[in-house]
Amino acid sequence: MNRVWAFIMGDPLADRAVPPTGILARLTIFVAAAMAFLAIFALVLSLTAGRVASNWADDLAQSATLRLPADLDQTNEALRAAVNVLQTTTGVASARVLEPDEQRALLAPWFGPDMPVEELPIPQLISILPDEDGYDIAGLRARLQAEVPGAVLDDHGAWREPLLDAANRLRLLGWAILAIIGAVMAAMITTAAHASLAANAQVIRVLRLVGARDVYIAGAFVRRFTLRAALGAAIGAVLAIGLLQLLPQVDVTGVTETPFGFHGIEWLWVLAIPAVAAIVAFVATRRAAFRRLREQT
Amino acid sequence: MRAVVIESRRRFGHYSSVSKGKIVIELDNVSYGYGGTPLFSGVSLKLVPGSFHFLTGPSGAGKTTLLRLCYADLRAHAGQVRLFGQDAAHWSRDEVALARRRIGVVHQDCQFLDHLSIAENIALPLTVANRLTEAQNNLAELLSWVSLVPQAGQFPPELSGGERQRAALARAVIMSPDVVIADEPTGNVDWEMSQRLLALLVELNRMGKTILIATHDLAMIRSMKADVNARVLRLKGGQLMQAGAEL
Ligand SMILES: Nc1ncnc2c1ncn2[C@@H]1O[C@H](COP(=O)(O)OP(=O)(O)O)[C@@H](O)[C@H]1O
Ligand SMILES: [Mg+2]
Repeated sequence: MNRVWAFIMGDPLADRAVPPTGILARLTIFVAAAMAFLAIFALVLSLTAGRVASNWADDLAQSATLRLPADLDQTNEALRAAVNVLQTTTGVASARVLEPDEQRALLAPWFGPDMPVEELPIPQLISILPDEDGYDIAGLRARLQAEVPGAVLDDHGAWREPLLDAANRLRLLGWAILAIIGAVMAAMITTAAHASLAANAQVIRVLRLVGARDVYIAGAFVRRFTLRAALGAAIGAVLAIGLLQLLPQVDVTGVTETPFGFHGIEWLWVLAIPAVAAIVAFVATRRAAFRRLREQT
Repeated sequence: MRAVVIESRRRFGHYSSVSKGKIVIELDNVSYGYGGTPLFSGVSLKLVPGSFHFLTGPSGAGKTTLLRLCYADLRAHAGQVRLFGQDAAHWSRDEVALARRRIGVVHQDCQFLDHLSIAENIALPLTVANRLTEAQNNLAELLSWVSLVPQAGQFPPELSGGERQRAALARAVIMSPDVVIADEPTGNVDWEMSQRLLALLVELNRMGKTILIATHDLAMIRSMKADVNARVLRLKGGQLMQAGAEL
């Protein structure tokens, strides 16, 4: 920790030994800021997709709906038979017949709130929740087939799986974007460091003539680029967070009012961005510097 | 200044560990040339501690090149260069750096960092050795030794030739080196200034430093003969020899 602090504080004269190159300083800060800005959104994409995926995976796991067609004769009898089947199936925690109000609520988004549900031939729905062990869908479907012909068991799987798949892919895509952002930043900073080293060839020569070791010369460059990258990344992250607050917040995940953002411990990711930028710059500049110093006589 | 150098000798004693009589810089049958054509060959040279040498020869004879071999800026194409008793042929860059802290060099073109003040340039060898805290005491006294106190805050391009040479000399001795090598230290200064610079080098020699000065100015060497027991070496036609009659 002391060494990190000493690195950040630096040695004023040692720092001045290598003159700053204005355009490269600005380029480094700009690149770090832009990359951090993009990284925040890639993180939001990943975290949101992750939330959506785990939410669906948890809540919808094995939950199902049994639908009794409206034109089924003797609906009440069929209803009783269906509930009977469900209650005697191992793995089913509850089977609940939806009230007309609930069915109306489900239809409201499509037909408006004044829909006279009672007068329409709409199917009766039964919501099924599994217990911890779950039930055998194929077996249940076979029993229903025999005892309540015409009933349709919808296990949500048909539409859940591709959505879950998509959410997971989006999350992976977010991580891949983050990796690309890191690689681009490393490449840009390496290039800037090489340009700075080349521009300071004569300074390096003088430092060597007075007995400077490679670690000392490299350190002057590494420290500068590392701090610039951290500063730029912090600026970019702050701008991105600010913009994020302006996004319309809608409940797409069903988990939270503010799906596009960071919650609780996720803020650590935001703090990690300048730190990661600094580490990337440190490694990139150090490699560039030692390579250059090896080549320059 | 005498007090300064003696004081810093004591303080940096571990860096000045050349034992009496041990050869500081030794060239043994050394050859060097640029681009395939040999500039000189079979050059041998021994600098014992406390000795004073002039290296003369016409312009282009290779004086600067020979000096660069002496502070490991170039590597001999043949023969051996021993600095402080060690063969420098296969030194790592770190070993070269550490050796340079024991060899003070006044370069022909001074080699300052133009964006640093004169005081910062003089302190640079201590800065890069992470011994800047030790500089504060020595720096003030060194500045007055070379009469540059008023110029301490100025930048190298603002100084006259003589002032630059004196600043370069101060930088060369701030680490209290065992050897001081000066390449044409009187190159573009007037007669009076060249006498002042040489007097400073003679003073350093009296304190026990080994001195090697390259110059093409024979009149200057003659003027020094009374003050110091100097050997004069002559580089000409690719050979190094003792100078004699022409002085
Ligand atoms: N870096 C170099 N590359 C090629 N030729 C050089 C280089 N340095 C010096 N020379 C040539 O070597 C010869 C000797 O140069 P130098 O050692 O500077 O001589 P002096 O110091 O005696 O004037 C000159 O002809 C010079 O042009
Ligand atoms: Mg020369």
